[in-house]
Amino acid sequence: MEDILLQVRGLTVAFKDEKVVNDIAFDVYKGETFALVGESGSGKSITALSVLRLLPRNAIISAKEMTLNGENLLSITEHNFCKVRGKRIALIFQDPMSSLNPVMTIGEQIAEVMEIHFNYTKPELVQATFELLQKVEIPEPERRVNEYPHQLSGGQRQRVMIAIALAGKPDLLIADEPTTALDVTIQAQILKLLKTIQQDTDMALWLISHDLALVSNIADRIAVMQQGHIVETNSTAHFFKQAQHPYSLKLLAALPSMDSCINKVIEIPSKALLQVDGFKVYYPIRKGIFKRVVDYVRAVDGVSFQLQRGKTLALVGESGCGKTTLGKGLINLIAHTGGTVLFDGVDLTKMSKAALRKKRSEIQIVFQDPFSSMNPRMLVGEIIEEGLKALHSDMDSATRQQRVAKLLNQVELPESSAMRYPHEFSGGQRQRICIARALAVEPKLIICDEPTSALDVSVQAQIINLLKKLQDTQRISYLFITHDLAVVAEIADEVAVMYKGKIIEHGDVEQVLTNPVDEYTKKLLKAVPRI
Amino acid sequence: MIILWTDALIYILVVASFLAGFFISRKPHFQRPLKKISASKTGMVSLLFLIFFIVIGLLDSIHFKETEGRTREIISLLDYVAKPLRMQNEKTYSAPFSAYLYSKEMVEEDDRKIVWGYPRLKFGGSHLQNPDQEGLADVFNKAAVGFAKGAGLFILFFVLLWSYLHDRHKYLLKGSTAKVVWATAFLLISTAYMLIYLSGYYHVLGTDKVGEDVFYQAIKSIRTGLVIGSLTTLIMLPLAIVFGIMAGFFRGWVDDVIQYIYTTLNSIPSVLLIAASILMVQVYMSNHAEDFNSLIVRSDMRLLFLCLILGVTSWTGLCRMLRAETLKLREMEYVQAAQALGVKQSTILIRHILPNVMHIILISVVLDFSSLVLAEAVLSYINIGVDPTTYSWGNMINGARLEMARDPVVWWSLLASFVFMFGLVLAANLFADTVRNAFDPRRTEQGE
Repeated sequence: MEDILLQVRGLTVAFKDEKVVNDIAFDVYKGETFALVGESGSGKSITALSVLRLLPRNAIISAKEMTLNGENLLSITEHNFCKVRGKRIALIFQDPMSSLNPVMTIGEQIAEVMEIHFNYTKPELVQATFELLQKVEIPEPERRVNEYPHQLSGGQRQRVMIAIALAGKPDLLIADEPTTALDVTIQAQILKLLKTIQQDTDMALWLISHDLALVSNIADRIAVMQQGHIVETNSTAHFFKQAQHPYSLKLLAALPSMDSCINKVIEIPSKALLQVDGFKVYYPIRKGIFKRVVDYVRAVDGVSFQLQRGKTLALVGESGCGKTTLGKGLINLIAHTGGTVLFDGVDLTKMSKAALRKKRSEIQIVFQDPFSSMNPRMLVGEIIEEGLKALHSDMDSATRQQRVAKLLNQVELPESSAMRYPHEFSGGQRQRICIARALAVEPKLIICDEPTSALDVSVQAQIINLLKKLQDTQRISYLFITHDLAVVAEIADEVAVMYKGKIIEHGDVEQVLTNPVDEYTKKLLKAVPRI
Repeated sequence: MIILWTDALIYILVVASFLAGFFISRKPHFQRPLKKISASKTGMVSLLFLIFFIVIGLLDSIHFKETEGRTREIISLLDYVAKPLRMQNEKTYSAPFSAYLYSKEMVEEDDRKIVWGYPRLKFGGSHLQNPDQEGLADVFNKAAVGFAKGAGLFILFFVLLWSYLHDRHKYLLKGSTAKVVWATAFLLISTAYMLIYLSGYYHVLGTDKVGEDVFYQAIKSIRTGLVIGSLTTLIMLPLAIVFGIMAGFFRGWVDDVIQYIYTTLNSIPSVLLIAASILMVQVYMSNHAEDFNSLIVRSDMRLLFLCLILGVTSWTGLCRMLRAETLKLREMEYVQAAQALGVKQSTILIRHILPNVMHIILISVVLDFSSLVLAEAVLSYINIGVDPTTYSWGNMINGARLEMARDPVVWWSLLASFVFMFGLVLAANLFADTVRNAFDPRRTEQGE
């Protein structure tokens, strides 16, 4: 591998005085897959964008050397640089929803790139577009060509993005977290596609990701980035066998492992805390002038399960399978259509509104996005004591303050946090605050709706450990909603797999993860990237 | 002392804002935004200007009956202070600082010859022997003297205050913002004093068609502008906030009813509605003449009703915006988390929704404030605005329509109303901007 395609030396990117990328050097060889791995804020996306000169104006970029195929990228004028972007280096973004133009057909969007870079005639253009769609394995390309982005699924949109990137026949394809927004089965498909295309066309692929497991399956070489520095560069095989840098080791250790569920001690089941029977949430589809209900969207379609006190049930499924709707339906944040919810011996579905308001405190919820789940205009102290105020109106302010301080201690945050605003905290810290808010009212059950999927892997491990610790000390049950099977293995006692509004498989975590019965579960497990 | 309807409302407003200020300054977590406001130069300077306007408006809101004079009219404290301005009327138009009338007349000269020319003014520049030669120099002279006197006055007060402030509130004197604010206060007070001093000798902004001093009119209009801006907003805000947030939060039939109300209201041309209600008030007042025995009471009633009807017709826009924002906010996870905690719906509205739509309210209130002052001008044009006897920038602009078509053109009425209106609206805008930035916790760490 002597042929260096992209060579970068001494690259530094700064915003004002803050260096987000600090004197890094790396090479991308021809025809290889190079992975740049790091947690959010480590500067990996900035690195890619700085090579393409796509950073905002206030960024100060300096580099000793930056060559593409031996040609100095630094000396190319901005006018001529348009011929580098798209033609020689192409880019795929993370979110396929927002990176396609919603008012242009996908055919037009693919053809646009070729119109700029090649002198194709009209029929040639149509033919080339068609071929590209075939290449990215979109079914029925002749029909899809004239469709708009909203008519395609997430995975198909990402395929279109890849087609657009390939349209210029680039030497280097930069994929910035190309599968983060996608389900695990689709993620596997997209990665396979990228790998095939890369091998067919002998193009170099520069993959940017936070997911070491994903990268391990596809990359030839890995570079680990931490706070603007590349701390380790190694071949993939070497890296996973004997990583050198302590940070790499830490990342590897933090990876949730599918094997952690094996030999988990399962206690004899006690009395069920939560018993759900035939639970349904339907959304009516209305049509016509009189808004007659013509049909229903069956988001949750007759789900039944039990949850023991002090245990964790993981609810697994891909996006759109109804797992979040189920979680919110259980605590009446979304109105349900049918079924019974027996909580601690009381049927929640038959309770009056006022009684439910009191009972509610025993079931709490922790949301996925730690940024939108707290009122930005309230102090952390106020956020945590909100539940106390609502339920114990007789509690005086001093007692409340003490409770808040104690709760902050429990989630391992300093007591001084109470007088600060949520935006002053990092994602993981915010998730801790959300947990403290839920704990404030002493719940018996916490519904965790993807609490770790917005977090970096090392922070994710911390949060899971915190949840486990709280479970051990306070015997709280968790209904853990997630799409990440590795996290399930870490925390769950039981697993229920949901597909299209129904639970298709339910059992002990070890049994489901190692010896699944259902076809869909098998497919799901197979798609999970493993080291 | 006589309390008119709008006076009473203004007093209530002042008391309420003092109480609110007191309440806010006591809360520990409001300290940071308040500090941020007091550290902002634009914010504090615009606040100074606003206070200046408000003080004039308040002076103009304390009414009493004249003790002397033939008519024993109801006048305000401001009228009392500005008596020379009020009484020294000329015959018709005269330009700023001019000693002559702006239109030609038969003038009898010293040698009993009658010529067709510009007569001398009765009051403006009447102390001059030969205005053509000494006019300009005298103006500058008087301006300098006035400014110096104002400056002296300010410095005197400042020195008196210095020792007190130095001992107790040292922070009021330190820092770059404090310096800028004190400098602005110095300029403002000196200039104001200079203008007052000058108007003893000249018509600083000329006179209008009936010879009234334009400077006086512009000052008197401040109260009208403030009343229309604040009282209308006061009527509009509760309607817009309550309906908008409720429609967005509860949806369903509540939303339907509220939407129905505001689309209906929106589909009636507001000018018609305003005209109808103003005419109604007129008729009511002429039927109950004994209750509205003086001119000022009648025009005050009309002003109040104008505010009322403007408020009723103008809440729909803000309401719709708040509804849309609430629709978005109610799906936010923090609202759902509050629901899961068993927080009451009303508490969620006040604690979670309202603070997060506050920026929209603040921006649109300030924008509405300026458009209301302008709306008043438009309404005066078709004679359904404030009473013609009420001083207002709208009436001044309305009058300037004809003056602009005149040859040679009379520009000072328009300019005066424009400058004053601009000053008030700009100060309000800048101050609101500072407040909005300061109360947004996400912006707190980003410098200015």
